[in-house]
Order: sequence, then C-alpha cells, then structure tokens
Amino acid sequence: MRVLDVSHLRVEFGTEDGRIFAVKDVSFTLGRGEILALVGESGCGKSTVAMSIPRLLGDSNVTIGGSVRLNGADLSSLNEKEMQAVRGKDISVVFQEPMTSLNPAYTIGNQIAEVIRQHQKLSRQAAKARAIELLELVGIPDAARRLGAFPHELSGGMRQRVMIAIAVACDPQVLIADEPTTALDVTIQAGILDIFRRLRDTLGTSIILITHDLGVVADIADRVAIMYAGRIVELCSAQDVFSLPSHPYTRGLLGALPARAVMQGGRRRLTDIPGFVPPPTTDPDECQFAPRCPRATAECIIRRPALELVAAEHEVACYHPGPGDTP
Amino acid sequence: MTSVPKTTNLSTFGATGSRKSQAQWRRVMRRFLKRPLAVIGLVLVVAFILVAVFGPLLLPDPNKQDFATLLQPPSLAHLLGTDDLGRDVLSRIASGARVSLLAGVLSTTIAMVIGITLGLITGFYRGWFDVVFMRIIDVMLAFPFLIFAVGLAAILGASLTNVIIALGVSQIPEVVRIARGEAMAIREQEFVSGAVADGARDFTIMARYIAPNAASAFIVQATVAIPGAIIGEATLSFLGLGVQPPMASWGIMLTSAQQFLAQAPYLALFPGIAIALTTLGFNLLGDGLRDALDPKEKR
Amino acid sequence: MTRFILQRVITSVITLFLASIVVFIGARMLPGDPAQVLAGESADPALLEAIREQFGLNQPIWVQYFTYIGQALTGNLGVSTRDNIPVAEILLQRLPITLELAGLAILIGLVIGITAGVVSAVKRGTFVDYVATGFGLVGLSVPSFWLGLLAILLFAITWQVLPASGFVGFAEDPIGNLRGMILPATVLGIGLSAVLMRQTRAALLGQLSADYVRTARSKGVTRGREVSHALRNSLTTVVTVLGLQLGALIGGAIVTEQIFVIPGFGKLIIDAVAARNYPILQGAVLVAVTGYVLVNLLVDVAYAYLNPRMRLSGGSE
Ligand SMILES: Nc1ncnc2c1ncn2[C@@H]1O[C@H](COP(=O)(O)OP(=O)(O)O)[C@@H](O)[C@H]1O
Ligand SMILES: [Mg+2]
Repeated sequence: MRVLDVSHLRVEFGTEDGRIFAVKDVSFTLGRGEILALVGESGCGKSTVAMSIPRLLGDSNVTIGGSVRLNGADLSSLNEKEMQAVRGKDISVVFQEPMTSLNPAYTIGNQIAEVIRQHQKLSRQAAKARAIELLELVGIPDAARRLGAFPHELSGGMRQRVMIAIAVACDPQVLIADEPTTALDVTIQAGILDIFRRLRDTLGTSIILITHDLGVVADIADRVAIMYAGRIVELCSAQDVFSLPSHPYTRGLLGALPARAVMQGGRRRLTDIPGFVPPPTTDPDECQFAPRCPRATAECIIRRPALELVAAEHEVACYHPGPGDTP
Repeated sequence: MTSVPKTTNLSTFGATGSRKSQAQWRRVMRRFLKRPLAVIGLVLVVAFILVAVFGPLLLPDPNKQDFATLLQPPSLAHLLGTDDLGRDVLSRIASGARVSLLAGVLSTTIAMVIGITLGLITGFYRGWFDVVFMRIIDVMLAFPFLIFAVGLAAILGASLTNVIIALGVSQIPEVVRIARGEAMAIREQEFVSGAVADGARDFTIMARYIAPNAASAFIVQATVAIPGAIIGEATLSFLGLGVQPPMASWGIMLTSAQQFLAQAPYLALFPGIAIALTTLGFNLLGDGLRDALDPKEKR
Repeated sequence: MTRFILQRVITSVITLFLASIVVFIGARMLPGDPAQVLAGESADPALLEAIREQFGLNQPIWVQYFTYIGQALTGNLGVSTRDNIPVAEILLQRLPITLELAGLAILIGLVIGITAGVVSAVKRGTFVDYVATGFGLVGLSVPSFWLGLLAILLFAITWQVLPASGFVGFAEDPIGNLRGMILPATVLGIGLSAVLMRQTRAALLGQLSADYVRTARSKGVTRGREVSHALRNSLTTVVTVLGLQLGALIGGAIVTEQIFVIPGFGKLIIDAVAARNYPILQGAVLVAVTGYVLVNLLVDVAYAYLNPRMRLSGGSE
C-alpha cells in the first residue's frame, strides 16, 4: 500500500542572481512501514525534496511543480488551512540543524505540547503527560524535569531527540528525517536510528531518511534513491545498491570508481568523485553527470536518459548502466 | 534558508587572500543598481553634493538684503521666495547645503579616522588597554548627544567648527564599537592567523587584512552617520547653538521661519524639504548599500 | 542573572563617577570667573577673595569636586545665579513636565512603531508593507523640529484645532495639559516610531526565516502562531532599540520643548546656556546624565530578562 506518492516534483527558487533549479524531476513512492533512504552529494536537492512534501518552502520566490499524494489525496489541492492539519499530524519532519531548530525562547515542554494541542483536543495537563511520555520514548532521562529546560541547556544530541519527540508526537504516517545525525557525534547516531526502527516496527511509520552515510543505508533502509543534480538517477532496494549498483554515479559513491574514500569520525562517508557538481542554475537536456562519467558517450549530451527498469524494482537513468567498469 | 551562502562568502574571502576581489565589488555594484530605491538615493545624494558645491557659485549672493522685496512668496525672480530681510531663499538653501555637506562629511571623517584607529587597536590587542578604553567609551556614551553638544557650545561658544567637533566626537563610540567588533571577528579568521603565523607585523595585519575586510561595515556606517550629522547640525543651528547668522544654515532658516509661520509658511517649507530629501537620499543609499553588500538576509 | 545585574550596576556606578568628573571639569571650563559672577561686575578684589574663600573656590580642584559631589548626593546642587532659587528645586519642578512629554512620546512611538513593523514584516512585499516602509524612511529623514513647525502650521495656524504653545500644568487643567501635549508628544513619538518600525521589521523578518519558525510551521500551527514564535525573539531588539534611541529622544525633547514653548527640562538647559546660568546648566547636565545611565541600566536588565539564555545562566553570554 502506498502511503506517499511523489511524482514529477520540480522546485525552482528565484534569487537575485537568477533561477536555481534545485529539484528538476523527482518521482518515488513510499509504502507503509517502509524506510526509504535519499542519498546524494550536498546541494543535489535532497532537503528541497524533503521540505516540499509538507509544503514548508513558504517563500514567494519558490515555484513547485508536480504532485505529492498522501494516501491517494493530492496535497497540492489543499489550501493552507487544510495543509496545516496535515503537517505535524500525518507528515512530520526532523531537520538537519538540531542546534537552531528549536525556539530558544520557549521551554522544550512548551514546544512539544504545542504540536500535541494543535492536533489533539487534550488538556494542558494531558498534553504535559504525553510530552513526558514522548521524551522517555526518545530516550531522554529524567523527562519530567527536562520539560522546563530551554534548548540552550541541552546538548545537540538531546535537542535532536526533542525534535524527534515533536515530530512523532501525533503518530504521523510519514516521517521525513533530513540528515538527522550529520551535525551530531557518531556515538549518538545508533541511538537515533534505533528510535526510527522502533517507530516503524510499532506504529508502521513510513520514513524518508536523508543521509550521507552508506552505513546507515545498509543498517536501516529498505529502499534507496540516489540523487544527482536535482534528479533521482537510481532507485532500488537497499541490497541492490550494494550488490548491483548500476548508475556510474552510484558506483562512484560506493568507491567503485577510482576515487578517494573519505573517512570521517569513523563513519564511511560518500567517496569523492573527480570533477565538479554542475551548478543548479541550468536544466539542460543532457545527462548532467556526463562530464564526470567514465562511460559518457555523445548520446549522453544529446538527450537526457530517463529512469528505466534494469531489473525488478530497480530503475536507473543511464544509457550505459551496469555493474561492470565498462558497458 | 540554508547556511550555505554565508560560508561560501567567507571562504571566498579566504581564498582570495584578504579582501573582496574586484569581481565581488562588481557584483555588489550590480545588485545595488538593481534596486530602484537605492538608485533614487544615490541620485538625491549626488544632487545634494552638486547643489552644495556649485549652487553658491551660480546663484545670487545669499546675504544680499533687499528691503524692497521682504517676505515675497515664490516667483520667477525668486524661485523659492525671499525671507524677512529680502534675501533669496534659493541662494540661502544652496549655501545651507554647503554648510550641511561640510558638517556631515567633516564630522563623519573625524569620527571614522579616530574611531576606526582606536577600534581596530583595541579589538586587535584586547587586554588592559581595551578594558580601560571601553570604560572611556562608556563615559562618552553617558552623555546624550544634544546634552554634550549644548555643553560644548557653552564652553567653546557656538560656531560651525564647534558643531563639527561636537558631531564628530559624539559619533566616535559607535564607530569604535563597529571597528572593534570587526577586528575581533576577522582576527580569528584563517587567512589572518595564517599571516600572523608567517610573522607579519601587527600594523601590516591591521592595515592590509582587517581594515579592508571591515570596509563594507564602515561604508554602511558612514552612510548612516552623515545624515545623522546633517540633522544634528540643523538642530543645533536651529537652537542657536550652531552656525551663527548671517551665515546660512537650514536650521537657522527654520528658526527665523518660525516667527513668520502664518505670513510666510513657504519659509518653513523649503529648508525642511531640503533636509528631508538629503537625509532620505543618504538613508536610501545606506539601505541599498547594506543590502547589496550583505545579501544573505534577503534570501 | 543576578551576577550580570550586579556587574552592570557596578559599571554604571563607575561610569557615573567618571561622567560626574567630566561634568565638573566641563563646568570649570565655562567662560567667566564664578566668583566674579557671584560678586557682580564691579566687585573689588578683596570681596572676590572672600567669596572664593567662602565657596571653597581657592581649594585644590579635587577637594572642590568632592565637596560638589558630596553636596549633590544630599540634593544640594547650588543656587541659580539669576534668582538664588536652589537648582534642585528648579530641576524638580521642570523634570515631571519633560517626563510626561517623553512618556507620551514613547507610548506613541511604541504603538505605531511596533504595529507598523510587525504588519509590514508579516505582509512583506504587499502594499501595506510599502506604505509602512515608506513611513519609516520618511520618519527617519524628517527632523523633529521641522515636523513640529509643520504640525503648528497645520493644526494651530491653519485648522486652529490644537494650541501651538501655552503650557498648563496637569494638576491645574488635565484636559488643557493633554491638549497642549498632543502635538509635541506626537512629533517626538513619530521619529521614534520610524526607527522602531524599521528595526522591528528587520528583526522580525530575520526571525521569521529562522529554523525554529520552520519547525513551528512543520507542526501545523497557524501563520499567527509562527509570527508569535518569531516575535518573542524580536522583543530583545525592540528593547535594545529603545535604549539606543533614548539619547535621540532626550535631544528631541529639548528641541520640541523649544518649539512648543514647554517649560521642561530641555528648555531650561537651552535658556541656561543663553543666560549663562551655569549652576543650572551644571546641575541639569548632571541629572540628565545620571538619568540616562540609569535608564540604560534598566534597559540592559530588561534585555537580560527577555533572553532566557541570560536569565538562567547568570553569565553575560
Ligand atoms: N531557499 C533557497 N533559495 C535559493 N536556493 C536554494 C534555497 N534552498 C536551497 N537552494 C539551493 O538549491 C540547491 C539544493 O539545495 P538542498 O536541497 O539544500 O541540497 P541538499 O539538501 O541535497 O544538500 C542548492 O544549490 C541550494 O543552494
Ligand atoms: Mg540538505
């Protein structure tokens, strides 16, 4: 059963220095209880995808195309008020920046209670009890006392747990976690992933997990979408991405191409691929990975390859897909 | 809002060594020229400077009294009318512009030169000098501007020079604060610690690295300080504590206009419009420069 | 927090002490010999000497300073040279008038400034925003004394609905007092509101694009709640701006009192300079500086209180 269905999502920002094509064409689906990892280099549009699903890109200089369906209902047809009923209740987000994502002027108890009381008719007292329960759920010790704490009194890891508590407060169907552990210490990561796994197992929450870390993908993801320059270039199961990586870019990320594996704080990061990420200021009809691709041919810069099935449940956008070093 | 733009900005500073490259200034310029309000501000400021510099050379003597034409409303002979002594208001506005320009630019220059020097030194060295110096600044800040200016006028007497001194001195603390903050922030950046490690002399570091990087903050501060000083001069002269008659100043013109509000309201209108347009010009220019130099908050 | 307040109190006292020295030295530098002023133009040297002896004017300057400050602390600021009335008495009589004017002006400034700032930030890019921004720019560019003249021209001369001058005390005639205060307080308040509007707008816009507002939005709260999240963090800016504008407000009050002939503190100072009534000038400057430093202290305390980071941790950031 599909909980979420994103199709032909397109996001442009109008800035003073011109248009930014942050997301060019992104389609994927998310099943109930499924964990989809969204992987790609910094700037490829992952966060923009994440923010546009619950329509959090509020600025007037944003143009969004395509559709997002939640249980079959098109979210883009909802007005702002109807959308507010969805946010925090059906679709929640955990942001990349735990240090700044909480309001410094309110206690965390208030900030958790706010989302509860927004969507459920609970008394102040009941909301408080639920907040304590949530803090315990995300592994914050001494929860009752922590309710009165201000964000600056908590460590980054603790703040991110509070963010997760806020996100899961109303048992959302879809949880979007945008690099939830990137800004944190490695040791905290396992605990946070555990919370996600438990949510999925107990409540059947569907999760979009944006990450840089292939270890995380192997650990928790069911499926993987590899993004490059605003598009998904490979979409497959978590097993396939390691055993049968087919897009040259995916293979580059996995270190199959001659490249330097980057180790950082004990985590296996994406590897560096020679060459540069194209600037998001244009949207040409060509494979944007071609300049960095060892398999590129004339065809690649004449017309853009579309996502096509190469195996069951395995799509790749490449004219020369395959696991070998040469086609 | 992502944190990306800020860091890229900083790293490009670092990469080019020390200051905004020419290309960066060109981009600032382009962003500035894209803003209609900023351009209007620039036009107003340029017009003000032209009037102040060339107006008195082209127009009749602002002090020539003519008792045949007292308190005449605007006419072809006197475009902005005449005052209670039959003097041409347009001429007096032009020479008042010169006084304003002098007061605004000279006092701001005084404040900038002293304030930047002291601010960079205290921000760079910190230590006891900084502690003592900031106490002195606190004391300066304890005197509201007009109280300070009134006291100074009482001690030194009222004159354009003393107005400029009062305006300049009272602006020093703000400039020091900015320069000190910039020095402390930029000092910590990589290319400066690199230069320190390479054994560059303190003065070289301040003059070559810190000052140019803080330039945009100083430019913006100047565009705030100049209109402030222009209003300050007009205010002091209006109170009789600034420029003395018969010299023309927009403030003095308003003092005498006050007595003839009912008979000759235009006397109060034109100098006020001149002040308002000039300060508006500087304010628009300042806003435009700030946005163009620091676009991150406009995303 | 207590530590921070204590620290600020101590630095304020030191600042006041140093500032009082500056005022004292400044007063010594005023043109004219104080003994000569007291004795009159044609006093003989013996009398001058006697007066110097009597008022301690021949003592070392620091002794004179401590004598003056000691007396000032007990409320003795000397006597006016014109009519021998104690300076403290005159100041106490004038101060409430200026405080009323400034209080009304702050009230007007806050209401107009914050409302306009919030509305224009929330409705950014709309017609309302342009009107409010335009108001802010013009208000910033127009000096208060010209605004005062225009107000007199329109309301007192042309339409004749409000008086241009003729101050009456609040105790004698509350209505008449307020009628007389409307124009000057509004003129003074508009300058303040322009600055407040611009700063509130900028601060709120900055806060509205902060990450935590996005978090609030992701919880499904209304736009109004989003704004109140951001507004809560913009309040410190409002307090800071108010503190920074205090100096300008004092200056504005002096000018406004001059234009509308209000016998307040500001007019007293200007008249004292013109009449070379130095004891009044010295006392008034001392009181003004003291008040200014104290109010700034209050502003800092309010700022610390509004900022939970400081309210709890006790340090100064
Ligand atoms: N509000 C915005 N305005 C303009 N450009 C933006 C904005 N948000 C993101 N971008 C640009 O869109 C591209 C994709 O950004 P993002 O989605 O944050 O990438 P990722 O999360 O994969 O690192 C980047 O080039 C970024 O600079
Ligand atoms: Mg991101």
